[in-house]
Amino acid sequence: MSELLEVRGLRIEAPKKDGPAIQIVKGVDFDVKAGEVVALIGESGSGKTTISLGSLAYTKPGLEFSGGSIKLKGDDVLTMEPSEVRNLRGNRVAYLAQSAAATFNPALTINEQVTESAVLHGIMTQDEADARAVELYHALELPDPDRIGFRYPHQVSGGQLQRLMAAMALVGRPDLLVLDEPTTALDVTTQIEVLKAFKKVIREEGSAAIYVTHDLAVVAQVADHIVVLYSGEVQEQGSVDQIINHAKHPYTKRLMAAAHAGPKPGMGDKLTDKHDQDTDNIQVKNMTAGYGEIVDGKPAITVLRDINMSVKNGHVVGVIGESGCGKSTLARVIAGLLPPAQGDIIMDGHTLKGLYKNRSKKDLQKIQFVYQMADTALNPKQLISEIIGRPVEMFQNLSGQKNREKVAEILRLVELPVEFAERYPSELSGGQKQRINLARSLAAMPEIMLCDEVTSALDSIVASNVVKLLKRLRDLTGVSFMFITHDLSTVAAFADEIVVLYAGRIVEQGPVDEVLSPPFHPYTRLLISSVPEMRIGWLEETMKKREMAVGIARGVEITDVGCPFYNRCPIAISGTCERVTAPTYELKPGHFISCHHDAKTILDIERNPQQVLHGFEKAIPDEKIAIIAE
Amino acid sequence: MQRMVIQRIFIGLVTLWVVSVLVFVGTSVLPGDVAQIVMGQSATPETLAAYRAANGLDQPLYMQYATWLGGMVTGDLGISKAGGASISSLIGGRFGNTMFLAGVVAIISVPLSVILGLIAAMYPATWIDRVLTFGTLSLISVPDFFIATFMVLIFAVNLGWLPAIAHISPEDTMMETIRASAMPLITLIIVVSAQMIRMTRAGILNVMNSPYIEMSILKGVRRNRIIVRHAFLNAIGPIVNVVALNLAYLVSGVVIVETIFAYPGLAKLMIDGVQTRDLPLVQACAMIFCGTYVILIILSDVAAILSNPRLRNPK
Repeated sequence: MSELLEVRGLRIEAPKKDGPAIQIVKGVDFDVKAGEVVALIGESGSGKTTISLGSLAYTKPGLEFSGGSIKLKGDDVLTMEPSEVRNLRGNRVAYLAQSAAATFNPALTINEQVTESAVLHGIMTQDEADARAVELYHALELPDPDRIGFRYPHQVSGGQLQRLMAAMALVGRPDLLVLDEPTTALDVTTQIEVLKAFKKVIREEGSAAIYVTHDLAVVAQVADHIVVLYSGEVQEQGSVDQIINHAKHPYTKRLMAAAHAGPKPGMGDKLTDKHDQDTDNIQVKNMTAGYGEIVDGKPAITVLRDINMSVKNGHVVGVIGESGCGKSTLARVIAGLLPPAQGDIIMDGHTLKGLYKNRSKKDLQKIQFVYQMADTALNPKQLISEIIGRPVEMFQNLSGQKNREKVAEILRLVELPVEFAERYPSELSGGQKQRINLARSLAAMPEIMLCDEVTSALDSIVASNVVKLLKRLRDLTGVSFMFITHDLSTVAAFADEIVVLYAGRIVEQGPVDEVLSPPFHPYTRLLISSVPEMRIGWLEETMKKREMAVGIARGVEITDVGCPFYNRCPIAISGTCERVTAPTYELKPGHFISCHHDAKTILDIERNPQQVLHGFEKAIPDEKIAIIAE
Repeated sequence: MQRMVIQRIFIGLVTLWVVSVLVFVGTSVLPGDVAQIVMGQSATPETLAAYRAANGLDQPLYMQYATWLGGMVTGDLGISKAGGASISSLIGGRFGNTMFLAGVVAIISVPLSVILGLIAAMYPATWIDRVLTFGTLSLISVPDFFIATFMVLIFAVNLGWLPAIAHISPEDTMMETIRASAMPLITLIIVVSAQMIRMTRAGILNVMNSPYIEMSILKGVRRNRIIVRHAFLNAIGPIVNVVALNLAYLVSGVVIVETIFAYPGLAKLMIDGVQTRDLPLVQACAMIFCGTYVILIILSDVAAILSNPRLRNPK
């Protein structure tokens, strides 16, 4: 038998007490050959995670297998005894989940969790498993590999934890790995780092893998074979080249269309004249903010420094940067959730009070916050009509019938049926909940909406629909947006201006097309080149660039003096960049860059990459480069 | 982490001080004149005044408080207003009895409840879980005096196995003491265990919904090991809190059980003190009870801190 895994006619359903069961997976066939990576792709609800868990003979609570077979080296996992199933899981088939942070037990050391399954299944003694784990930590290029296992999960970074989870899966040398969206929740830079480590380790270990994702660009980098799923059925399958370059099925073509083309200038729609008023809606002046007690205008932990930016009426400003750069903190300061230590927030000609409690009702109404997770932001015990009706009553003094009419109007505005008013959030899909989340902010009739990663948890088709909705809302109501995200492609297609934050400082800002075309700030350049392209071999090409290797291997550190990007910057000037705060200069009207290099130098470097390596080698010792670039 | 522990102890001391003020002021504003009660109806105003002067009752309240607090801190609990014996000697034996009762109950009930709670969590919705859930729910709903009276009816009146009155004295042998106090012990074990079993079960089942538990299932770990090794450690915080509150109840809240079995414990002594308007005795007992609460809660907080690796091992 040449196939490692044979899935035939797999059916999984959700039984209902009243009425027929809901079919989740409707007869799926596919194979995984030894040493091959098979990607299951599709949007949420396509059944891709459910199918992948099937290879571990596991279903989420509330689901059950109702037909077909899943044969691992000829043994049908669906008919196994409980003891055989335990021996299958973690030993023959290993699972990697989307969020390593939630998957590691906070109360146990990393090493105990990594080695647990191999020792329990009797494959190795504890000592052998420990040695194997350290070997994997080396292979996964984790820092301090000999001792990282003694730490607790909260003591390592998200990207490291994601790779440690790979070690946990690989320690018992399983025949098959199941990777469930393992990079979706990560920053672009971290995603590359993790993808590279996964790919290397899968190749070295020679194990086969099922890779579940909705991101086609990622699939193009890691998969050998692709299975396209929609609503629990296979639409199309074939080699990665067939699907990526010669898709046949209309659904696959649609997926490709929704997939991100890399961020480029000229992707966005131009503003409609009606709302292009070029007057400032909100202005942030010389603002410094952070957490802890403020003494002499300095917080205990400074996060944001010298922030100067503005959002014009009817404009969309995209705020980008990796996690830990202060994007959400900036929105919290503007919303009044965190008073600034220095500087002013100016709106419609007057300075706003630092803390929301001291702001007038009118000011509160003008600024509305939209949270990332609709699941946690919406009260599960309230009807949609209450969730949206509250701000309508509070800010527009409408109650009774008038309130209900307004709620209906707002629901129509976010393109949801009016009947949804009588439902609870749990009865809606992820995308619908996000629309309610937006509708609640909209109900206050704000002038500006602060959207914190509102599309990050959604898959590409749902996310692009939410962005379309935001555009429509802007055209209809003239509301401004501050759109915080780590997804550059969405910003490129949606924003009018971009603010690039790094370690609490604005390193570059300006009109979207200016920021996305050279000269780039070195950090903007790193972000843009980290966005995966839907092209086979992109990952390898990118990692060959040594300046990418170093930018990716290091994380965000907030520094008090100098340019915080110094230790990741390929063109850093030793002796200057780490000591002196970078000057800010205006390249074109409204386009600012903060860098010790002038625009001409940056452009020269852009054209002549040799120079990049030259400066870069000065900044980083050679042996370190060798390790990173390997 | 050391700082957090020291902070907890400091907060505990402040709480104790606030409690001392409340206890002192509270007992002082109670109606009734100690001198009048002690000297009786026939006392003349002169003898009353003399009594007050001798006992410092004529001084301003804050002076009385300072003297009293000073005594408390140095271990001098004062002289009983009724009978004139030193309060330390009155409390001494009773304190030992209460500690014996609380200690034995704790030693039996804490491991018992945690184990039963674990078992209920390991086999949810099976007959074991149903029996435990039904039993604990029923026992929580039934007041302790009912359980106590019921026990007397069965074991003392009908079966005649155990004495209805828990009469213990220092000369008794260990076996005699245990036999004499068997019924209050069993009653208390039932009362405190029910709540601890339920909290252990709920705490663990709550953790069982976490993604890291699903991960351990997918690693092929047995359910029993998942509960003991993965879930229990994360549920310790809430469990320890309930245990601490129940232990504190054993010291102070057992008045009814002590009264029914005529068990010579501290809570009963305090009730007697209230009846005789023996304020120094009431104050001393109140301080001991509050001290027990504060100490147990500090201990449970420290245990919760120690069981949390985030607090134990900062980044």
